[in-house]
Amino acid sequence: MSVVYSRRLKKELQEIQIEQADPAKRAAGIQLLQAEDLKTWYFSIEVLGESLYKNEVFHLMVRFDPEYPFKSPAVQFVVSDKVKPPVHPHVYTNGHICASILGDDWSPTLSVMAICITIQSMLASCKKKELPEGNDDYVRTAPDNPKKTRFVYHGDSV
Amino acid sequence: MSSDYEYSDDEEYNEYDDDEEAMDVEDGSTSSEEDVEMDVYDDDIKVVSEARKAYEVDYRPLTHQQVKDLMVADIEYISTIFGVGSDVAALLLRHMDWNKDRLTEKYMDDAFSISIAAGISPVPKPSHSGPDRSKRVTRSSKSSKKIEQATISEPFLCPVCFDDTATDTLGLSCGHIFCTGCWAMYTVSKIRDEGEHRVLCMAENCGVVALNPFVHKVLSDDEDTCARYDELLVRNYVACNKNLKYCPFPSCDRSVSCPTASSRSALSTIVPTVSCGADPKHKFCFGCSIDGDHRPVLCVVARMWLKKCRDDSETANWIKSNTKECSKCQSTIEKNGGCNHMTCKKCKYEFCWVCMGPWAEHGTAWYSCNRYDDKSGVEARDAQSKSRASLERYLHYYNRWANHEQSAKLSVELYMKTEKKMEEMQLTTDLTWIEVQFMKKAVDIVENCRTTLKWTYAMAYYLENGNQKAMFEDNQRDLERAVEDLSELLEQPIESETIPVLRQKVTDKSVYVQKRNEILLEDTAKGYLEERWKWNVVVDDL
Repeated sequence: MSVVYSRRLKKELQEIQIEQADPAKRAAGIQLLQAEDLKTWYFSIEVLGESLYKNEVFHLMVRFDPEYPFKSPAVQFVVSDKVKPPVHPHVYTNGHICASILGDDWSPTLSVMAICITIQSMLASCKKKELPEGNDDYVRTAPDNPKKTRFVYHGDSV
Repeated sequence: MSSDYEYSDDEEYNEYDDDEEAMDVEDGSTSSEEDVEMDVYDDDIKVVSEARKAYEVDYRPLTHQQVKDLMVADIEYISTIFGVGSDVAALLLRHMDWNKDRLTEKYMDDAFSISIAAGISPVPKPSHSGPDRSKRVTRSSKSSKKIEQATISEPFLCPVCFDDTATDTLGLSCGHIFCTGCWAMYTVSKIRDEGEHRVLCMAENCGVVALNPFVHKVLSDDEDTCARYDELLVRNYVACNKNLKYCPFPSCDRSVSCPTASSRSALSTIVPTVSCGADPKHKFCFGCSIDGDHRPVLCVVARMWLKKCRDDSETANWIKSNTKECSKCQSTIEKNGGCNHMTCKKCKYEFCWVCMGPWAEHGTAWYSCNRYDDKSGVEARDAQSKSRASLERYLHYYNRWANHEQSAKLSVELYMKTEKKMEEMQLTTDLTWIEVQFMKKAVDIVENCRTTLKWTYAMAYYLENGNQKAMFEDNQRDLERAVEDLSELLEQPIESETIPVLRQKVTDKSVYVQKRNEILLEDTAKGYLEERWKWNVVVDDL
């Protein structure tokens, strides 16, 4: 298991670093902030162009376990003094994200970059800035790791 | 099964044999060994099956293998009429939750669409609209091998692990190829961690599902996971089939087929108590998830009762009985001492605890209210006593219910004691092992009847007052007396000279108790069919 895990992540990291160095290839608005090990990576995400999140920058934390890529990584927005999660109907105020590709619709051929792009477009297509229904209840009882939550996916705007 | 005792006494086992035989005839898949056994019991069976009790349901216990056989029969049926391979038929059935009729209808209507929806064929790409798609269904298991062979010669990079040295690759009918190692890890994780029997292609948004031989091939050297996969398939079959239910006892892999209790409406007239046959203790209700036998009470009433006992609704009842409300601000007040001059902590209203009227009106009659007959006071007390009566009524039934439950639990202890007595009897008298079995049997009967009695109190709580309820309670009383008498006999010290007398008494009483139990169950079961029972609450049809 761990051979696949490390080879795959090293390869993904390598590709991301090559893309980041080349402005032509780089996915606009997504930047790798930190990837010191193969456990936790940080990205910054912003939606370029016209959107409800103009001029806002968010940080995404991606955590892997040794079963990656057969299991999805744990992905959430960073909540700290400096950065806040976006106000979005699928993002809870503790940074947890309700997106089907992070759960049932995960496929081992998806990549970290594919997740970042999906989340970026989830923000870009948002029509109304509002908190998810039941945010307070969820945040009060949510586990630290969003992967331990069983989300029910509704809406196709993810 | 060798002793006379075992099968002359154990009616239940004979019934199972009866059922099994009936099933085997239907299936036409009887092993010769079973046939021989059947013949031995043939005479008994006829007697038992003629006398099916009103409180019993038709059901048949199934072993894991028998369920598998039923599943295979369904697969073969579909395979034959559709003219597809059995693996494809199995996947189609799984997709349609094993509903053969709906599957047949849909398949006849549009075989191609349902094959895509079931994950047998990939969603067609707009550019390729080949004419022979309908045939593809039957060939999908072969097509994966073709693809596999075609790609071996080319340099291959697995899109999951990025390994470019892998030579062993596999793919489903969609043509997405991955290395065998990734397939294995992915499949194991799906089956073992997620308990998922639908192993989808690993490619993004690809809905093609792996057929059974593919899964087995991928898991070739992992027998545990293979077994788990097969079990998940059988579990799925049982879960989808409303005529089947797994035995809820831990680590029991048997199930029960009970078509008479499969519809919800049937549960308004029968209490389908069944047993998987693995052990006499493996008794459960086919209609609901309550462990054990809850006859004579209907599932919905039993559930209502359990909920009532579990809920803290009775706390509210206590509050009603022990407190009063401030007549001004309606705060709930418990008087825990002191005089009748109450001052509400919240609104500072001063009133008399006895008559609930304002304290100011009491004039000089300090500390003893002489306004007891005042109209408002009478009304307030009426409401109080009604509430108290309803609490007492509930407690009357609950205490008896709980008492029988407790006594049934204590029967384990009684059983130990009885076993000791049985040993003693064998040593002190010339009775044989078989002859002292009457004690064990009596204990079993007591336990059984206490369970019935327990639930009769739940039933009586909800029965509307009237002649019917009075008759029900007569039966209940008779059974209760008989059970308590028998219980007492079992607790008695054993002395060698009294053993023959005791044995006679216990045996007689056992027969009588069983008779009373049957009368009660029979009468309630018939009452359901005749719609004789009227409830004092709304009992909805589940």
